[in-house]
Amino acid sequence: MQQLPKEMFQPASVDLSEAEKISKPSLSFWKDVSIRFRKNKLAMFGLVLLILLVFMAIFGPHMTKYDYSTNDLMNTNKPPSAEHWFGTDDLGRDIFTRTWYGARISLFIGLAAALIDLFIGVLWGGIAGFRGGRTDDVMMRIADILWAVPYLLLVILLMVVLGQGLGTMILAMTITGWINMARIVRGQVLQLKSQEYVLAAQTLGANTSRIMFKHLIPNAMGPILVTLTLSIPSAIFTEAFLSYLGLGVPQPLASWGTMASEGVQALQYYPWRLFFPATFICLTIFAFNVVGDGLRDALDPRLRK
Amino acid sequence: MLRYISRRLLSILLSLFLIITATFFLMRAAPGGPFSGEKKLPPEIEKNLNEYYGLDRPWYEQYTDYLVSIAKWDFGPSFKYKGQTVNDLINEGFPVSFFLGMEALLLAVSLGILLGVIAALNHNKWQDYGAMIFAVLGISVPSFIMASLLQYVLAIKLGLFPVARWESLQHTVLPALALAATPMAFIARLTRSSMLEVLSNDYIRTAKAKGLSKGQITVKHAIRNALLPVVTYLGPLSAAVLTGSFVIEKIFGIPGLGSQFVLSISNRDYTTIMGVTVFYSILLLFSVLLVDIAYGLIDPRIKLAGGKKGE
Repeated sequence: MQQLPKEMFQPASVDLSEAEKISKPSLSFWKDVSIRFRKNKLAMFGLVLLILLVFMAIFGPHMTKYDYSTNDLMNTNKPPSAEHWFGTDDLGRDIFTRTWYGARISLFIGLAAALIDLFIGVLWGGIAGFRGGRTDDVMMRIADILWAVPYLLLVILLMVVLGQGLGTMILAMTITGWINMARIVRGQVLQLKSQEYVLAAQTLGANTSRIMFKHLIPNAMGPILVTLTLSIPSAIFTEAFLSYLGLGVPQPLASWGTMASEGVQALQYYPWRLFFPATFICLTIFAFNVVGDGLRDALDPRLRK
Repeated sequence: MLRYISRRLLSILLSLFLIITATFFLMRAAPGGPFSGEKKLPPEIEKNLNEYYGLDRPWYEQYTDYLVSIAKWDFGPSFKYKGQTVNDLINEGFPVSFFLGMEALLLAVSLGILLGVIAALNHNKWQDYGAMIFAVLGISVPSFIMASLLQYVLAIKLGLFPVARWESLQHTVLPALALAATPMAFIARLTRSSMLEVLSNDYIRTAKAKGLSKGQITVKHAIRNALLPVVTYLGPLSAAVLTGSFVIEKIFGIPGLGSQFVLSISNRDYTTIMGVTVFYSILLLFSVLLVDIAYGLIDPRIKLAGGKKGE
């Protein structure tokens, strides 16, 4: 073994201030989440897809000289061409215009149902979780019983009774749709309310609503956001399903669901009438699903490297 | 265990009561009387019909009558099919739907688990990506589009299967496949993620260290534990198969309860809609209960008897 002379050794610098230095810039929670979300290629693809779809829903109907509801009986069931980019349907209506007009309705239904679910769910779950005890028991028991009612059956029943329409469809979807959100918010609030910062806020004299909306809800935002993102595609799915049963939005309104269910009937002879709405339904549901999954992964601290 | 079941039964009864009450009053609020059709009925006949079906009596009598008759498993007459009761329709259509549903369930569970296990064992390889692309497709395509495409490509274009109707086992393949597609995709994703979690556990490493073969580890140690979440999915799965049957039976012209239900919706046959809804609800509530009990029996860590929900 080689002898090491003492001169070769140097005392390491013991600089305490050096150890306290933060080598990386500090990240807020949401910055960290957004960095990790952006690393997820599939989720970013979904996000870009969604932005494109929303863009087309806003501007698509104005890109052609056609109107979504004007019949043109000289040009029925025309295949896609330079005149009609996506072809025409059995009443000669331009499918390109109708597709993007339908995107507005389908996306509106999805968003509106999800936001109403969010509103009721956060309120119900938040109050139940924060109050606890008797209130919690009663509120969650009510939610449990409603939850047992088969969702689609109830929606069908309500649509039959209330009649077809955009508003009734959203109402039917949200009547038990909020329960999932309420359960998730309650779970989060139960977990968060025993933390010290809530106690600190209480000692400082903050009232319930301030604690709720300034402290608890923002901290529960992650799971709420994921649930919100994943409930939009299921609403779009339900819309398509109802349309197929003949309970969709009334004519001449176009939603992707009604267009696809009309297209199914004409599949053998005019396949493009199914192809376009079906493709965009699938793309939208796909995009929301991968964005939701990506958000969940990005928000999960266990997956942080 | 017994206490748990009786408590669950009580809450099921409560939910059922709620459903029956809601359907009863919703149907009363529905536009149009039960006999309003294209032809206006003479007032005498309408009066007789109302009397015959007990519609002239006050609502609370009708309501209690309805509750009592459902307790006796009598769903009342169909207003559109003269001389047929809703029970007849259920007895006729349900066996067909049940057979189709069971076939779809088996397909969904077996293929879904197979796909999920293959994906997990080949994590981040082409098999994994292939299976997951397949699963994402299954989740993103609405069932009526999936069914029409299967019918169009496999039956009409390639002629591999009969196009529609319900005659032989061959006729059942396409509808069962279409019905199974979305739940299969869910099960594949569920199995994959729980397999991945299980495979990273210490006891798997122990099994490897003991020198067990890969097949033994997978079958004996990994899959058994990975399947627990799949069992919980069986409840929602039966709901998905049931509501899926409405669409699938209509597309393939199958004389089941699902297509009957859709028909009664477009006919506005209120008593049939009401009766079938209640029947479906009973079916679903009890299948969820069965799944929960089975889950408690399979996983000894779950205690059914004690404790509240969410603990």
